Amino acid sequence: MTVADLQKGEKAIILDFPVDSIPLKLIEMGCLPGNEIALVQTTLFNGPLFLTINDSNIAIRRSTAAQIQIEKVI
Amino acid sequence: MSDTTIKVALIGNPNTGKTSLFNHLTGLNQKVGNYPGITVDKKTGTTKLSKTQKAIILDLPGTYSLNASSADEKIAIDILDNPENVNYPNVAVIVTDVEQLKRNLLIFTQVKDLEIPTILVINMADQMKSKGISIDIPQLEADLKTKIVVSSSKQKTGIDSLKEAILNYDTLSTERCIPAEKIKQNTITDSTLLTSLSALELKKVQHHEAIVRYQLINEALKKSYKVDRSKASDTQAKLDRIFTHKFFGYLIFALLLLLIFQVIFEWSSVPMDFIDESFASLAEWTKEVLPTGMFTDLLADGIITGLGGVVIFIPQIAFLFLFIAILEESGYMSRVVFLMDKVMRRFGMSGKSVVPLISGAACAIPAIMATRNIESWKERLITILVTPFITCSARLPVYAILISLIIPNDRVFWFFNWQGITLMLLYLIGFAIALLSAYILHKTLKIKSKSYFVVELPNYKVPLFKNVIYTVVEKTKTFVFEAGKIILAISIILWVLASVGVNDTFKNAETIVAESIEKNGFNEIQKVALENKISRYKESLVAEFTTNEKSYTQLQLLDSIASKTLEFRNALIEDEVAGMRLENSVLGVIGKGIEPVIQPLGYDWKIGIALVSSFAAREVFIGTLATIYSVGSESDDEEGNTIKAKMESEVYASSGKKVFTFATGISLLLFYAFAMQCMSTLAIVKRETKSWKWPMIQLGAMTVIAYVAGLIAYQFLK
Repeated sequence: MTVADLQKGEKAIILDFPVDSIPLKLIEMGCLPGNEIALVQTTLFNGPLFLTINDSNIAIRRSTAAQIQIEKVI
Repeated sequence: MSDTTIKVALIGNPNTGKTSLFNHLTGLNQKVGNYPGITVDKKTGTTKLSKTQKAIILDLPGTYSLNASSADEKIAIDILDNPENVNYPNVAVIVTDVEQLKRNLLIFTQVKDLEIPTILVINMADQMKSKGISIDIPQLEADLKTKIVVSSSKQKTGIDSLKEAILNYDTLSTERCIPAEKIKQNTITDSTLLTSLSALELKKVQHHEAIVRYQLINEALKKSYKVDRSKASDTQAKLDRIFTHKFFGYLIFALLLLLIFQVIFEWSSVPMDFIDESFASLAEWTKEVLPTGMFTDLLADGIITGLGGVVIFIPQIAFLFLFIAILEESGYMSRVVFLMDKVMRRFGMSGKSVVPLISGAACAIPAIMATRNIESWKERLITILVTPFITCSARLPVYAILISLIIPNDRVFWFFNWQGITLMLLYLIGFAIALLSAYILHKTLKIKSKSYFVVELPNYKVPLFKNVIYTVVEKTKTFVFEAGKIILAISIILWVLASVGVNDTFKNAETIVAESIEKNGFNEIQKVALENKISRYKESLVAEFTTNEKSYTQLQLLDSIASKTLEFRNALIEDEVAGMRLENSVLGVIGKGIEPVIQPLGYDWKIGIALVSSFAAREVFIGTLATIYSVGSESDDEEGNTIKAKMESEVYASSGKKVFTFATGISLLLFYAFAMQCMSTLAIVKRETKSWKWPMIQLGAMTVIAYVAGLIAYQFLK
């Protein structure tokens, strides 16, 4: 599953992503395999996702989120 | 500056309180310039470390890393990796936010590995208690091989320890955090990699580097950084539940905008009236003190009135920047970016375009500069191209005077009046045309650029007064000086053009007018004006007489009326002479030359001159009309001499019909709403897009839209 499949309030661990299509800035902010990611808030009309990655609040668009493979934490 | 001054580079992620720290260290001893050739602001300041030792502090732009993926980052690398660079620091100070320490340490390890003496500042320490954070500083210092200073910009603690650490910079370790062999291809120290590797390979190398660095950071923090989650309050999350709510988030934003604009108009009106009056009396005073003549007119009507036209914006601009600064400092603005992204994308822009579009209501120049953080080139370009449609404060005085001329000040409903509604409509029209053009550009521009969107949503915090004020002062100052320079130049050019004649009529205007009046007397309009002035003067004399402030004999009364009548007559003749001179000056010839083009829009040649000079800056319009209408005339303190009254009484010489009719007024309003009349904006667009192509397209397209809108409006309404 990917970050785009998360429900509000759910947490997951980042598994993998295609390096070429993920912005470098996101990697620098700690979006790296093994780190925790959580979905905080969504917007209307499938707008960007408000995530917590590596203890930072970051918003990215759904198209980017759909490329980050994750494993849900139960 | 002596050779012994210590050079300090301040480095860190955005939102770490780096700027507050810079402000605390340097106070008002700071200046903002530009790095040669690029558009990154260069902020430097000086501070006293001890009685004898000074330091010069360079505040590098806030970046997340040194990976050279933006102009900001390239600047940082150029300076930090090159001891030959004039800005190469003796010591690097990395500012971090205690709550985001892990992420903030990435750039720290990158700078540290450049073997520069480095101090780590853990800022916002005031948050530690409420977040349940504890740090074993000696342990972390040992693991990161650095000196750590714990500080709080809010409580102003740690500044002295930081100064002391900088003073003793030569005792700092320059050992790397990560041995060189662990990162084989280092893109920071080996810039050849940036060109020799493919984009994908480069990214893989940088990705690998980030992983190695985060491993070290994670290990170090595991030993020394503890968070007791049970002590952490979740105020932040609660605030986000409201402010980024799917429905209420938008509602709050809309209400906030409404409130801000309401308050700006409300608060600005008092200081604006004051400025208006002060400049009017300054112009008057100048005319009284200096001998009458062309130079005095230039000074009083051109320069002082023109500068007054700029200074009068200061309250509105300052208040708008104040609110934007508060929204940004508090962390709310990035929530708006998050909320608005999807909406803005329909128009080919990014959520980050919201900030430039709002700032555009003050001035397009800082607004266009604020587009720099939009990642996608296409989204950024569209934002740059449409921002000048937003009603900026330079349009306001033009709007204000035209609206008061053609729209009655009648009330509709309870608290609205037609003038206010017209102004609001003009704002909405500007915004609507901006969105519409953005949509068209979105569909027609064939630019392929990856549409990335990564925005950090920093923790909410109470804005620091000092930071907000510095931002406001800085931005307002830039605006005033930029606009002021242009007004000054335009006034002088206009004045020269108006005082050079093209034929004998210009030279002999005085005799021609005198002869014609002797032969035919004054015309009807002049007679009425003269009678009005005399009867007003009589009334004032009678009023003085009856209140016994002064006592006159009947003879004195008549005498003084007679002499005043002569004065008024002479003033009228002078006006006539000035008008004839103007018509036969270079400026007049130019105006007459463009008259055929603007006649279908309902403008005469005088408006034409004001229109053409407004292409330098919109606010020039009023100053120009003031110059044109009053060149040579003896403006005295009568209310009949304000620029508005002059516009109102302006008639076509041929037909005696009013120049500023409803149709002409609406046509002018629309022209000013759409036209690209601002040289400074064009210059900024050129700088930001690195070519003349886009500003020229912008100028052409906006002028055509303005012309067509003015034409349609006039032809329908006349």
